[in-house]
Amino acid sequence: MSQKVLLTAKEVTIILHRLACQLIEKHLDFSDTILVGIQPRGVFLAERLKEILENEYQTPEIQLGYLDITFFRDDFRRTDKPLEANKTKINFIVENKKVIFIDDVLFTGRSIRSALTAIQSFGRPSEIELLVLIDRRFSRNLPIQPDYRGRQVDAINNEKVKVSWKENDGEDAVYLITN
Amino acid sequence: MKELSVNHLLGIKYINKNDIDLIFETADHFKEVINRPIKKVPSLRDITIANIFFENSTRTKLSFELAQKRLSADVISFSAAQSSVKKGETLIDTVNNILSMKVDMVVMRHANPGAAYFLSKNVKASIVNAGDGAHEHPTQALLDSYSIREKLGEVAGKKVVIVGDVLHSRVALSNIYALQMQGAEVKVCGPKTLIPRHIESLGVTVEPNLRKALEWCDVANMLRVQNERMDVNYFPSTREYAQQYGVDKTLLDSLNKEIVIMHPGPINRGVEITSEVADSHQSVILNQVENGVAIRMAVIYLLASKIQ
Repeated sequence: MSQKVLLTAKEVTIILHRLACQLIEKHLDFSDTILVGIQPRGVFLAERLKEILENEYQTPEIQLGYLDITFFRDDFRRTDKPLEANKTKINFIVENKKVIFIDDVLFTGRSIRSALTAIQSFGRPSEIELLVLIDRRFSRNLPIQPDYRGRQVDAINNEKVKVSWKENDGEDAVYLITN
Repeated sequence: MKELSVNHLLGIKYINKNDIDLIFETADHFKEVINRPIKKVPSLRDITIANIFFENSTRTKLSFELAQKRLSADVISFSAAQSSVKKGETLIDTVNNILSMKVDMVVMRHANPGAAYFLSKNVKASIVNAGDGAHEHPTQALLDSYSIREKLGEVAGKKVVIVGDVLHSRVALSNIYALQMQGAEVKVCGPKTLIPRHIESLGVTVEPNLRKALEWCDVANMLRVQNERMDVNYFPSTREYAQQYGVDKTLLDSLNKEIVIMHPGPINRGVEITSEVADSHQSVILNQVENGVAIRMAVIYLLASKIQ
């Protein structure tokens, strides 16, 4: 197994600030906009962006939810390992709001397909956008593309992209792992 | 990654502590789901489940059906009263006929102890025991423990007394297994005629005096007097039973602490507990019913994920 650094801590910070600015450009004061982190790994990115937006760009407080997609996945009973659920925390109705899905890596697009179904349980958003830190292009199984992307990566199927976060893994970094 | 150690839920005695923990964790997620504006997930859309009830049931049957529908499973239900069982068909034949309609899971209630176990050995489907005679009623015990965990934080170390008709109760046996597995202490309390002989061998103690039992416990699970199973008189009169083993507000208030009152339903109001007690803030009877749906969703989801 070998691993290659795709993004260093410094690069991650620069990208997060760029993504935050792109969000402000489109959503201004976030009065009608809700951030939704996709469980489990999208939550770290969503929290980080909220923190940067509120503390460094002085936006008003932004609503943030966590969405677990386990029960909406299309591979139930089709994978060898059992699916493990995480907590969903959405304390608001998304009816007529602009929702931004936030996830760390966009790969096949199937998680986002599930998230699109799952969010309907909380109302009918006026608009849904997708923000990802890493976009693994050429590996999509479904016609889903991000609206905001940190970095595009060309990785072949048996390679894995791992995003580490300081609060969970001790450092900010993105690795390309080859088995 | 975690999964259940069994392919069927036949009784608490066939599962272990890890299974219970996994069911509770999964139920937490489903409890959140059933409180959403849209209370449904598509997980089990390719699973078909048959609910076969050879004995009457309202709560359990509705609860199972609702759990299955919330998971998007296809459900067929039948009650023995309207079925070919009356024409003399055997259990295995009945179930195999249903299975040939491509059913993946069977939820069954039957008057004979061991019916679910017997079925699991003889037919190819995942079996969930919804009560077999006076043997086990595992989902009830799970939802009881889950409700205790919700109300008191944890089950371990808690003192639980099971009051009333222990002799005819499958809820009692499943509860004893489940509570002990999680480290709770269990006493049973009731008229001597309704306490099975040698029940001490299960590791529980018998307390014939209700007041003493209530003073000892954190939780009192009040069982229903199962008149329909009593072929002889086990106590002189319902009135005398209510006086000796019924809980009323005066008794509850005279205790030196606040205990939690549970009841598996249906309640004989004025016999096991009075209306005042059933509707008081110490009673978690309706929480039990809500938790029942979440627990059954968890059990069905976890078993379904093991169907090949």
